[in-house]
Amino acid sequence: MSDTPVIALRDITKTYGESATTVHALRGVSIDIAHGEYLAIMGASGSGKSTLMHIIGCLDQPTDGQYFLDGVPVATLDSFALGVVRNRKIGFVFQSFNLIPRTTAFANVELPLVYAGVKKAERRERARSALESVGLGDRLDHTPNQLSGGQQQRVAIARAIVTNPSIVLADEPTGALDSESTAEVLDRFDGLHREGRTVIVITHEHDVAERAARVIRLRDGAVIEDVRQSGHLPSSRVGAQR
Amino acid sequence: MNFSSVTIALRGIIANKMRSALTTLGIMIGVASVIVLVGVGSGSAAASRKQLEGLGSNTLTVIAGGFGFGRGGGTQSRKVTITDADVKALEDKQNAPDIAQIVPTVNASNATAVLDGASTTPQQVQGTTPNFSSVRNYPVQYGRFFTQADYDAHANVVVVGSTVVKNLLGEQADLSSVVGKPIKIGGKTFSIIGVFKTKGSNGIQDQDNLAIMPLSTIRDTLSGNSGTVDGLTIQAANAGATTAAQSEVTSVLLAQHKNASQSDYLVLNQASLLSTQAQNNRTFTVLLGAVAGISLLVGGIGVMNIMLVTVTERTREIGIRKAIGAQHSHILIQFLVEAVLLAGIGGMLGVAAGVAGTHFRIVNVQPLVEPYAVFLAFGFAVFTGLFFGIYPANRAATLRPIDALRYE
Repeated sequence: MSDTPVIALRDITKTYGESATTVHALRGVSIDIAHGEYLAIMGASGSGKSTLMHIIGCLDQPTDGQYFLDGVPVATLDSFALGVVRNRKIGFVFQSFNLIPRTTAFANVELPLVYAGVKKAERRERARSALESVGLGDRLDHTPNQLSGGQQQRVAIARAIVTNPSIVLADEPTGALDSESTAEVLDRFDGLHREGRTVIVITHEHDVAERAARVIRLRDGAVIEDVRQSGHLPSSRVGAQR
Repeated sequence: MNFSSVTIALRGIIANKMRSALTTLGIMIGVASVIVLVGVGSGSAAASRKQLEGLGSNTLTVIAGGFGFGRGGGTQSRKVTITDADVKALEDKQNAPDIAQIVPTVNASNATAVLDGASTTPQQVQGTTPNFSSVRNYPVQYGRFFTQADYDAHANVVVVGSTVVKNLLGEQADLSSVVGKPIKIGGKTFSIIGVFKTKGSNGIQDQDNLAIMPLSTIRDTLSGNSGTVDGLTIQAANAGATTAAQSEVTSVLLAQHKNASQSDYLVLNQASLLSTQAQNNRTFTVLLGAVAGISLLVGGIGVMNIMLVTVTERTREIGIRKAIGAQHSHILIQFLVEAVLLAGIGGMLGVAAGVAGTHFRIVNVQPLVEPYAVFLAFGFAVFTGLFFGIYPANRAATLRPIDALRYE
């Protein structure tokens, strides 16, 4: 692996609205995230953590500051290139699952591969194995409303990893789940981390953050704490950081 | 990828069955009405064409008394007549150089025909001259038409139309079997010497429900001899001479009858009347098609409306799709395919309904299925879906992923 951080944020600011009603969601955030890190971003509601996640996920652009993804300044990418990045490099897991309604688990997981232009036979194979990896190999033909919350979130995880992205971004992934499903989902994130992916989890729950090797706290749009938790998930790469 | 777009679009259509069905119905009605209304237009045009063919070529029809067109509506005042002397005057090449042939007719009204105990009343029983068959375009299928010799001999011979035979002997009657048989018409006995070839309806009346005999004979037997005729069919020397022949007929008749005015004789240049009518029919067809086309357009606006609703309703879904890597083109194609599919399904149902609809007689016209109308209507329906789908689809495709995802 190169020493270039997979994600490098430099003085990122994000403001909404004009003049008097301006809201500063982010006020100069600078973070480097190395390849293979397991990171939790914590903060109270309104601290700007979702905005940060949207910027990291290339769903939104910062008002100011620079964002390098694998060394490439994201501001220079056009909408097509951004689409490709979201498709191949980043897998999203949302609090509300965000599965396509009335569409089977299999079709949901297959969709990113459709957009990636993968051939049908390969698509089927990869979608199936992604669902099997989250323990839903027997639920391929279930639509979201036939699945429990935990199962829906596991489908969403399968969809996030089916294109084999190096980064998995999760926004309050366990916010809508009971404790048992939470454990299952978090175990999957641990697994993704072990596979060598960069896992970024946004949460306000301490037990979720505890699993991560590094925790960043935000308050009022600024980083107030950046700690590495010891005795955690001895991944070979963690020690190699800064 | 194309196949996937269709699957995704179909899923969208099926997800909202009621809404899709109603949208489809709009297009379906549009397409069906184009097919049926154009069919009605061309059906009535075909009827006029048939009438035109039944008339014979370059002919004028002269009726004495004229019709009260407009005011009073169609009453016939018989203050003037066409006499044998008029016919002679018209035959004079000096007076009327553009007239080639004259076919005078005398009608016998309500003459009942009886054959082998069966009876019928032919619509027309007429006495005429031997050139009737060729000028009026009534060829004989079995037997023969009467000759000048029959005419001169005042022979009791008659040529009948196929409907008369069928009315007497039944639908399955062998038309040739009546040739040579005696028939009683108006109480007098005639010998059937021929049966006309079936012409069918001219759109107004059955052209085969008639009995034709020599003019000399009908005056002896059924109508009496008043020295007048009921009508004239005049054949002009050639197709270009009908208008000249028309004015010659009028001037000769007015010279013959000093006290008559121009409106007392109705000289119908039916060929030109009918070709005018055919022209009108074309206009009529275009007009009907245009009205139907407007309903198709309205159906298209319905598609756009529904697609806009669908896009708004599925904004969040669009956001999800963009988050997992859908490109502008993927979203555009998805909604465009959905719109075209809606319109296409409506179009196909409309073609089925329209073709089924042309099996019924509408305002006494048997509509014709015009292939061009079917293809045009279906093609226009699909095009409508495409055209009215572009705006909503483009709106969906250009949504920013973050705005779409935040949409509740």
